[in-house]
Amino acid sequence: MDDGLFCSCVILRLYCLISRDICNRAVLVANLAPVTALVEARGLVKVYAPKDRKSEPFTAVDGIDFTLHRGEVFGFLGPNGAGKSSTMRMLSCVSPVTGGTISILGMDAATDGRAIRSRLGVVAQDDALDNELTVRENLLIYGLYFGLSKAVASERASELLQFAQLEERAADRVSALSGGMRRRLSIARSLLNRPDVLLLDEPTTGLDPQARHILWDKLYQLKQQGVTLVLTTHYMDEAEQLCDRLVVMHKGKIVAEGSPRQLIEAYASREVLELRFAVTAEAAPADKIREADLCHRLEVLPGRLVCSTDDGERTLAGAHRLGIRPDSAIVRRSSLEDVFLSLTGRSLVD
Amino acid sequence: MTLAIDNGDPANALPRRIGWVGARRALSYHLFRYRRTWRGTVVISIVNPLLFLLAIGLGLGRVVGNHAPTLHGTSYLAFFAPGMLAAAAMQNGIIESAFPVSRATAPGGSYAVAKTTPLDPTDIMIGHLLFMALRIAMSATAFVAIMVALGATRSLSVLLTIPAATLTGLAFAAPTAAWAARAANPEAVGKLFKWVVMPLYLFSGTFFPVRQLPPVLRDLAYATPLWHGVQLCRSLSMGTATLGAALGHAAYLAGLFVVGIVLARHAYRRRLYV
Ligand SMILES: Nc1ncnc2c1ncn2[C@@H]1O[C@H](COP(=O)(O)OP(=O)(O)O)[C@@H](O)[C@H]1O
Ligand SMILES: [Mg+2]
Repeated sequence: MDDGLFCSCVILRLYCLISRDICNRAVLVANLAPVTALVEARGLVKVYAPKDRKSEPFTAVDGIDFTLHRGEVFGFLGPNGAGKSSTMRMLSCVSPVTGGTISILGMDAATDGRAIRSRLGVVAQDDALDNELTVRENLLIYGLYFGLSKAVASERASELLQFAQLEERAADRVSALSGGMRRRLSIARSLLNRPDVLLLDEPTTGLDPQARHILWDKLYQLKQQGVTLVLTTHYMDEAEQLCDRLVVMHKGKIVAEGSPRQLIEAYASREVLELRFAVTAEAAPADKIREADLCHRLEVLPGRLVCSTDDGERTLAGAHRLGIRPDSAIVRRSSLEDVFLSLTGRSLVD
Repeated sequence: MTLAIDNGDPANALPRRIGWVGARRALSYHLFRYRRTWRGTVVISIVNPLLFLLAIGLGLGRVVGNHAPTLHGTSYLAFFAPGMLAAAAMQNGIIESAFPVSRATAPGGSYAVAKTTPLDPTDIMIGHLLFMALRIAMSATAFVAIMVALGATRSLSVLLTIPAATLTGLAFAAPTAAWAARAANPEAVGKLFKWVVMPLYLFSGTFFPVRQLPPVLRDLAYATPLWHGVQLCRSLSMGTATLGAALGHAAYLAGLFVVGIVLARHAYRRRLYV
C-alpha cells in the first residue's frame, strides 16, 4: 500500500484509540482501497527449538517470500518435510514467525493474530472433528467461537451442509462418516465465518480417487465464488488442476514459482520418455543414453529411466538403435513432477 | 478494525481488546457440548461420591458411633460428609481437567480447532477452567443437598461449603490443566490418580482427624491443599468456622489456583503456538 495512505491509516488508528466507534468506518474504507495483495510474506523463517539437549534447532522454513492476490488459488507444492505445514501454520497466525514478516488483509500477523484469524478459514491436516457430536452440531458449535447467534449459525450450517453434500447425514454422528465426508465437513466448518482466505493443508491426502474428485469440484466451486484459496499438496495433478499459481518448496526454500504451465515450460522439456526395466537390471543403459546425448536430462530411478526430450518417439527410436530393450516404454507430456525432478533431483512422493 | 468484506457479518464483530469475550465463547463451546454429553458424567462425579457418603458415613458411622473421643460428640456422618465433599471436589477438579485437557491438546483435539479462531490460548484456557468451575460447583451442590437431606448438617453456613468446595476443586484443576496441556497422556493421568489423588484422599483428614497421625505425617497433611479444603468445608458444615481460619484456608487454596493459572497460561501458549 502506498506510503501516504499508510500514514493516514496509522493516524486514523491512533485517533480511533481515543474516540472509538466514530471513525472505525473511516479506517475500514481507507484500508480497503489500497490493498492489492491479500497476503504478503517477506523473508519468512521458522526455526523449531530443539526437542531435547542432544538435538539441534531445526530450520523448517528458510527465508521465503510470496504474495497472494484476492480470488486466486495459490499452492505450495513439495515433498513431506518441505516446510509446507509450517508455512501454513504461520499464515494461520498460530505459529510465531522466527524471522521475516507476514501481512494479511493489511494487518501484521505478529500483532493482529486475533483479528486476522477471525477472517480466515483453516482446514488443518487432521480434521479434528468432534466424534461425539452430530455433523450439524459440529458446525453449530464452531459458530460459538465467532460469536454467531443461534439463528445465523443455523442458517449458515444448513447452507454449508448443502454445499458439502452432507444434508442427509446432518443428524448422524461424525464417527460414522467416511474420510471424504469428514474432509468435506471440516471444509464446511472452516467456511462458517465467511472467511476472506481459506487455508487448506493437504486437503486430499489419504482420500480415494473418487473422494478426491468430489473435493476438487467443491474447491473449484469456492474459487468460482471468489474465495481465495491457499493449499498445500504433494500431488502434481492436484496442483495442476486447482492452482492458478504455485511455488515449489524444497527443504524450507522456494525453488520455483509460477503457473503450472509456466513451470513446466520453464523447467521441463516438452515430452518425457519413461523406460521401465526389471528393478534388478543394472544401470548400464543409462550410460549409453548419456553417451549418445539422446535427451536433455536423464533421471535414474529404481527400475526406471526418465528422459526429458522434445520428441519422445524419436528418443525411443534412438534408444532402440543403441540396442536398449526396456520392458516397457511410455511417452507422455511433461508434468509438474518432472519440474520437481529437474529442480531438486528427487521424486516428490517417496 | 478488520477488513471485512461483508461489513454486517457478525463474525467480524470482534473488538481489538476483547477481554472476557474470548473466554466466554470458549465456555459456551463447552456448555454446548455438555448439553449433548452430560449423561456420561453423572455417575463418576455425583453417584460415586454419594455411594461413598452412604456406605462410609452411614455404614461405618454406625460402627464408630457418636462417642469416638476424637469426634467431640458429633456423629461420624456429620464429620465425614463435609470431608468427602472436599475430597470429591478435588477428584472432580482433576477428572474435569486431566482427561479433557489432554484429549483437547492431542493432535485432532478441540484446541487445535479453537486456536484457529479469534480465540487465543489464554481464552481457551480460561473458558475451559470456567466450565470446570461450573461442573465442580454442580456436583458440590448436589452433594450438599444430599448431606442436608441425610441430616449430616444443621448449620446454615453449610451453603458456603459450595463455593468452598468449588475453590478446592479449582485449586487442583488449574495446576492439573497446566500439567495436562504440557505432558499428559492416559498413562500419566493414571499415575496421577495412583500417586497423588489416592494418598491425598486417605491422609488429608477426609476419613479421620489428621491429629491422629504420627507427627511427621500430620505435619505433611497440614501442608496438603486437600487438608485446607477439608477443614474449610468441615468447619462451615459444622458451624465451627472462625473468620480468620476460614480466610487462611481459602487464601491457601486461592494461591494454588492462581499459581495454576499462571502455569497453565504459559503451558497453553507453548503447546498451542508451536
Ligand atoms: N513442532 C515441530 N518441532 C520440530 N520440528 C518440526 C515441528 N513441526 C515440523 N517440524 C519439522 O519441520 C520440517 C517441515 O515440516 P512440515 O512443515 O510439517 O513439512 P510438510 O508439511 O511440507 O511435510 C520437518 O522436517 C518436520 O520434522
Ligand atoms: Mg504437512
